[in-house]
Amino acid sequence: MTSLAAATTGWTLLLRTFMRRDRWQLLWWSVGLSALFVSQAVSVDGLYTSQADFDRAAATMEGNTAFIAMAGPARALNTTGGQVMWQAGAVGAVAIGLMAMLLVGRHTRAEEERGREELVRATAVGRCATLAAAAVTALAAVVVAGLLTGAGLVAYGLSFADSIATGAGLALCGAFFTGSALVAAQLASTTRGTYGLAGAVIGLAYGLRAVGDVGSPALSWLSPIGWYQAMHPYSGLRWWPALLLVVGALLATVLAVALFLRRDLGSGVLAARPGPAVASPALRSGFALAWRLQRASVLAWSGGILLGGLAYGSIGDDAGDLVGDSALTEDIFGAAAGDLVDGFFAVSLVMLALIATGFALSSMGRPRGQEEDGHAELTLSTGVSRLRWLGGQVAVCVLGTVLVVAAAGVGLAGGYAMVTGDLGAFERLTLPMLAMVAPVLVTVGVALLLYGVAPGAQSAAWLVLVLGVVVLMFGEVFRMPGWLRGLSPYEHLALAPAEPFRVLPFVALLAVAVALSLVGAFAFSRRDIR
Amino acid sequence: MTTPPLEVRGLTKSFGSTLALDRLDLSVERGEVHGFLGPNGAGKSTAIRVLLGLLRKDSGEVSLLGGDPWTDAARLHRRLAYVPGDVDLWPNLTGGEVIDLLGRLRGGVDPTRRDELVALFQLDPTKRGRSYSKGNRQKVALVAALAADVELLLLDEPTSGLDPIMESAFQQCVQDFRARGGTVLLSSHILAEVEQLCDRVSIIRNGRCVETGSLGELRHLTRTSVTVELAGPPRGLEQLEGVYDLVVDGHRARFDIDTALLDPALAALVAVGVRSLTTQPPTLEELFLRHYGDRIESEA
Repeated sequence: MTSLAAATTGWTLLLRTFMRRDRWQLLWWSVGLSALFVSQAVSVDGLYTSQADFDRAAATMEGNTAFIAMAGPARALNTTGGQVMWQAGAVGAVAIGLMAMLLVGRHTRAEEERGREELVRATAVGRCATLAAAAVTALAAVVVAGLLTGAGLVAYGLSFADSIATGAGLALCGAFFTGSALVAAQLASTTRGTYGLAGAVIGLAYGLRAVGDVGSPALSWLSPIGWYQAMHPYSGLRWWPALLLVVGALLATVLAVALFLRRDLGSGVLAARPGPAVASPALRSGFALAWRLQRASVLAWSGGILLGGLAYGSIGDDAGDLVGDSALTEDIFGAAAGDLVDGFFAVSLVMLALIATGFALSSMGRPRGQEEDGHAELTLSTGVSRLRWLGGQVAVCVLGTVLVVAAAGVGLAGGYAMVTGDLGAFERLTLPMLAMVAPVLVTVGVALLLYGVAPGAQSAAWLVLVLGVVVLMFGEVFRMPGWLRGLSPYEHLALAPAEPFRVLPFVALLAVAVALSLVGAFAFSRRDIR
Repeated sequence: MTTPPLEVRGLTKSFGSTLALDRLDLSVERGEVHGFLGPNGAGKSTAIRVLLGLLRKDSGEVSLLGGDPWTDAARLHRRLAYVPGDVDLWPNLTGGEVIDLLGRLRGGVDPTRRDELVALFQLDPTKRGRSYSKGNRQKVALVAALAADVELLLLDEPTSGLDPIMESAFQQCVQDFRARGGTVLLSSHILAEVEQLCDRVSIIRNGRCVETGSLGELRHLTRTSVTVELAGPPRGLEQLEGVYDLVVDGHRARFDIDTALLDPALAALVAVGVRSLTTQPPTLEELFLRHYGDRIESEA
């Protein structure tokens, strides 16, 4: 016992430091997770005005394999609680897993990689103090998130025991993924590697239960997310699967400690693989460098949004049944398009464009990151001119945006074609999706303008995306004035697939994007490099 | 007469209300290694970044390899190589990739020379940027710079993370570079390195050049320590101009003297008769302290 105390000397001090560093992150994650669950309840109750309507929608959902694969086993889908667990359970488990992974990685492997852990370890703290403090920080975070979720659902008026179980199961999923992230941090020798391994565990857990829920239930029992869903909140609650999560979390943590004690500071159980000693012949320009730095992200976003598009596309034909016939539904989907299926796709196109904007803006944030890390200085001290350097990054951003948007369009049409066998969807959905490149590039233009003129304020470009989301979700509901909706670049294209493509708004948006970009590039060529 | 590769006159640069460079003058001749000395925050890095066209000057004249670094940056950069003081590499590129990339962006690398330098600096080129230590990151940037076929090197504290063996390898490389006719601007804190390598030095303080010249010329401006044993008690030393900290102990004396005023002091000593004499030339440390040190500050 004394050795344990010695090994963790000072951990409470570290814990307080971590909590202080993370307090806002913790708050936002927890509030976000709880909002994810409670908002499902709100939207379900808003969408379906009668139980008959609700029953019909539930029957449609139960029959849709894509839905089951995405969300989980269909249980009590004609109740608010059943819908909450179904719609938010798996997603919430993934999200809390990511939160735990980021918290653990940030306080363990990242600190070690940057050499700060060495500094801490040289003071009067025990060898395991950081590990203990990081684990407790992540556990505290998942407990807070679970509590807020359970309390939120109870406050909304759902059954007490089931709501608490929903929150507790969520927290236990977080605890399990805290354990697996702790193991990953011992195995990998880099932060990226840690996130790669821990993320793979989360992805595997989600994938196993998706396959299991669709056809081979045994596989779902190999997944911690499957265990959570096997607790059956709101549909015959049982607590014993939670034990699997507790045991799993404990085993993973014990394994992590054992690995930790057997390795040196800074090393990982898996040695870092050496890379190429010489650069490939293609790596010889600013553009090639930018592509090399971003290609992984372009491919990941394209793959992810392709799956998202498939998901939207595969449920589109059922839109009429799924979304019910409340006034809210009319507001969101039906107002302009008239037909619910067309309305659903019109909204899906904008939704996917908004997601693609996430890629575009983070890509356009790269030059600033390069500048802050001193990489811009290194590149610009060679024969690369400023405009060529920036041009290479913008080119990769635009190219990547087109790829990501195209992937979304192919996914959307592919999903629809899979369900209906209607190959005309590629023309009716993929082409209008590609037109969405124009509004996305307007936000890129705003980001580029800010980068040139006021690089410190570049993140304000995300407000354009926020505005786009708000106008899409609430523009009709709150009867926003036309000029306000007009500020969102996503509101100007023809409402595909119901309306035919219009050239003028497309070209006008591109012109705005180009004009903003040119001003940004000009300002960049005149200002100091940090 | 050819223009010097690097000529700065009256260069002023401010960031908001802080004046980083205040009418800085700096001239580096072709074929010399020029030491650029100054404490942290004196403006050395700012000056180099203006010379690279990364920062825009407020006023003054800057000429780099006969061109204007602000308008001609990319063209001029093909003829020079730069090593920043704080090297940060792309985390997912290996050292070898970075060396090749920077070389190609400058217009080409000689693979033989590159491999020689990698071996000389004992660099593992297969590691990724994020796993290099500070010293190894610096080696990557140094190898990339030294492998380049250029006429000017701008080195901003290039050896602050290197061990002594690598430091001597670095000095050899710089001397070879000069022997081939290259010009170097070397900003440094390591005075021994500057004494070893530099033909001339400029000392900068608060954004201004306070001293420039060859080490010999600069030594002239400072004091030599003299310890002497005489045939009789020393006479008249205390009245001499330029003598400081005189301690007389019987027939012995110890004092510091302005190097330019050695002659009359020696004459006074010879008049008594010198038994033994030790003089110590001023070190660069003393030169440096003369401009920055508290000791000399308080005397003034």
